[in-house]
Amino acid sequence: MENAATEIYAPSRSTVIIYILTACIALAGLTEATYLAVLTFAGEMAVCGDSPGCSQVLGSAYAKIHGVPVSAFGAAAYFTVFTSATFAAFGYPKARKFLALIISAMFLFTLWLLGVQAFLLHAFCRYCLVSAAMVFLLTGLLVATPPASSRPS
Amino acid sequence: MKRYLPFLIVALVAVLTATGGTLLYRAKRQTLAAVIPKDRPPAEEGDGEHTLGPADAIVTLEEYGDFQCPPCGALSEPLNQMVHEVPKMRIIFRHFPLVMHRNAHDAAMAAEAAGLQGHFWQMHDLLYREQSVWSKALDVRELFEGYAASIKCNVARFKRDVISDEVSARVQADQDEGTKLGVKNTPTIFVNYKPMPPGSLNPTDLRAAVNEAMKAGKPPAIK
Repeated sequence: MENAATEIYAPSRSTVIIYILTACIALAGLTEATYLAVLTFAGEMAVCGDSPGCSQVLGSAYAKIHGVPVSAFGAAAYFTVFTSATFAAFGYPKARKFLALIISAMFLFTLWLLGVQAFLLHAFCRYCLVSAAMVFLLTGLLVATPPASSRPS
Repeated sequence: MKRYLPFLIVALVAVLTATGGTLLYRAKRQTLAAVIPKDRPPAEEGDGEHTLGPADAIVTLEEYGDFQCPPCGALSEPLNQMVHEVPKMRIIFRHFPLVMHRNAHDAAMAAEAAGLQGHFWQMHDLLYREQSVWSKALDVRELFEGYAASIKCNVARFKRDVISDEVSARVQADQDEGTKLGVKNTPTIFVNYKPMPPGSLNPTDLRAAVNEAMKAGKPPAIK
């Protein structure tokens, strides 16, 4: 049976920096998604200046899944990324694997959401675009992460 | 200590997010509660009011709507269905075109102009049905004139009315009334003058609220 000590590895300095960056981006995403989710639950709609895109996208049927705002799922996903990146930075290999899994899922879901905005709604919400940019950054960082070191700490 | 540090960081972020989210939610809810009284007095009713359903209705569902707002569009057909299915229920529509919607004010003007010829609800339904088409148009005049023709309005009169001060004043009166009540978003719906919570702005919850008001049997306090 494995104990906690044998599960922790020492990631390289560059890997730790990448995980810290990942956690910071996830924090920014978590803030944005939480803000949008709270607005939705409180009955307000986010406004993007004089652009009608936000209300067209956030007010559409695609903005909720079984009555739960997509932004709430987004907040949960960003929190999971933050948690995984933090644990991965401290050398937890399972967190690293989970991080890859959740970011891949977020990337695919972001592509779907961009497709919905472009081809079904013909409108773009700035908040959603910023979130999409953050997911692409997270994906880029995931790809840039060096392979796991097998060096135990 | 290092072993527990990630747990501490994650727990701290979780607590901060939950606290921040809760505080923001409470602030937003308090703002809404402060501006929309629980039992508000009925709005002034005039000749320009757009109602659907019997005048002696037990339940009045009053909507502040914006023709370019997608959730309003999504509710339009279910509300029409509800007013036809539920006896002694009526709907009052009031304009609340939001500034962020480029063509919403013109759409409200078009509906009012059609209303002067007795075709408000036809234009109301048509505008919501075609929302995705005209919402993006740079110049909606010709489109709306086409809509007016399709619902058998006198187009020459419609063209005059749609830019008239009378129509503009009617739209503005609704908007002023809404602003006075603290309406900020669309749709804002009152069932027998009680504001519906934002989470209940769906056909199922609205139907339940109407049924409940019907059971209460309290006739709306209308002048």
